[in-house]
Amino acid sequence: MIQFDIQAQKDTRSGFGAGLLELGRTNDRVVGLCADLTGSLKMDAFQKEFPARFVQAGIAEANMIGMAAGLATGGMIPFTGTFANFSTGRVYDQIRQSVAYSHKNVKICASHAGLTLGEDGATHQILEDIGLMKMLPNMTVINPCDYNQTKAATIAIAEHDGPVYLRFGRPKWPVFTPEDQTFRIGKAWTIQEGNDVTIVATGHLVWKAIQAANELEAKGISAAVINIHTIKPLDEEAILESVGRTGCVVTAEEHQMNGGLGDSICQLLARKHPAPIEMVAVNDHFGESGKPEELLAKYGLDTPDVVAAAERVMRRK
Amino acid sequence: MRKSLQELEQIVPQIRRDIVRMVHAVQSGHPGGSLGCAEFFTAMFFNVMDYAPSPFSKDGHNEDVFILSNGHISPVYYATMARAGYFDVKELSTFRKINSRLQGHPATEEGLEGVRIASGSLGQGLSVACGVAQAKKLREDDKTVYCLCGDGELQEGQNWEAIMFAGHNKLDNLILTVDFNKQQIDGSTVDIMGFSELGSKFEAFGWEVLHMNGNELGDVLRGMGAALAASRQNKPVVVIMHTEMGHGVDFMMGSHEWHGIAPNDEQLSSALAQNAETLGDY
Repeated sequence: MIQFDIQAQKDTRSGFGAGLLELGRTNDRVVGLCADLTGSLKMDAFQKEFPARFVQAGIAEANMIGMAAGLATGGMIPFTGTFANFSTGRVYDQIRQSVAYSHKNVKICASHAGLTLGEDGATHQILEDIGLMKMLPNMTVINPCDYNQTKAATIAIAEHDGPVYLRFGRPKWPVFTPEDQTFRIGKAWTIQEGNDVTIVATGHLVWKAIQAANELEAKGISAAVINIHTIKPLDEEAILESVGRTGCVVTAEEHQMNGGLGDSICQLLARKHPAPIEMVAVNDHFGESGKPEELLAKYGLDTPDVVAAAERVMRRK
Repeated sequence: MRKSLQELEQIVPQIRRDIVRMVHAVQSGHPGGSLGCAEFFTAMFFNVMDYAPSPFSKDGHNEDVFILSNGHISPVYYATMARAGYFDVKELSTFRKINSRLQGHPATEEGLEGVRIASGSLGQGLSVACGVAQAKKLREDDKTVYCLCGDGELQEGQNWEAIMFAGHNKLDNLILTVDFNKQQIDGSTVDIMGFSELGSKFEAFGWEVLHMNGNELGDVLRGMGAALAASRQNKPVVVIMHTEMGHGVDFMMGSHEWHGIAPNDEQLSSALAQNAETLGDY
């Protein structure tokens, strides 16, 4: 049984805001840029304390990404902030040429990713961003699971020399990882070892995966749970080690099945350890307005979906 | 060491020779816009800008930084940088070939000295230049950021985001030059999507607007000197540089036809005959 004390219910975007504020105090090269969403991105505390190192880009995301590339060229460490949709799809060519291809030390920080932004609906619920970003050479892709991990990740990426996509979200979500954790880019966190099935989850769905593992245990099924906060570079060793024991995998993410974490794990297994896999993800569909929990249930991303996928995949061994 | 006007006049025909020879050798590339900017690049890299080519400083701290937005005019960029000492002129012979650092459009991937940002997909350079200008202010570096973009390129909306930003934020260590040759791939800019009152558009966004003849070396020195003098006055500066595409090679002049095609052997001979070998071919 995985037992975590839920320390609080907090939004991961606030973890980003707290991390950025701490970075502002410890690293004078850190610059924040925001495209008219300072409150939503929780960048207001940084803006207030470091007005000279905060750039209000206005509703002009393409220019914001280009300016970030220029700030990085000039020796600064820029953190851009806007919704995930406007951080990726809207500015893909700017990221591709001016940031990724040009090896710029830009941190693209994206809130309101996935279905759980809720009522704003499909225009804002990007479910393709992980795929878009992981395809870019030189790009690191990180999707932490709670407030504490998002804060730790925000601080850690400042030390990494290179472009990073940091994805987080809007809703209040259980905070269960340690406040004082060390975040290692590319290093998976095996929350629980298991013998029957490996559940690999990222972002908000790590919490769902933990609930699912506990339900499976009540049914006599031993599930490993791996928190993949870094989708690229992928910690292949941790996954292969677990699958070597369990022989099957369930992936869980708030993203399209095409191009997401599950897609990366499929590639890994096909190349190095063929094994049955089931993917809990949005299946080639746009989202819609609704409450986060309603949306996760409707689109098959809830705890019962992870449990069902585990039972399905075990039958295929 | 800043070169005199007389010395610059010796460099320009060599740059033009380099451009046509590079494009001819690989039968691809963009000679028209490159030739039209030969005077500008020569003036910038041998007189106007304060920088050290070697060792190459990636962040350009405490030196003037040049950002090229219209990356397709890479032949003039590479030729000038090589002649200015960023890398060996012999490397110009690798332009657009496999395993070269001189990619079709400028890139940092292969580590070519002098290039700080990739360009080619249009409309991005001015935003990057705005970022470098802000970095210089934050780091209390009083040097200047220069950016060159094409006129057709101004059809890209991102430029206007950057123009609005720079005006609003008074980026007065930023000097943009627009290569106003009035040509683009499909024809003249006037026919495709014109820029009537281009200067007024910049003025409306809070920029200081200057003009110069980009194919007169003396006027380029005057114009860029005036631009520097106009900087640091709470406004970004734009120099609308009137040029002729293909300038210096008679059969290429003034036509969009030579935007992106290479001369054949006979045309190469004619182009070289019009531009003296002053510094020695690579």
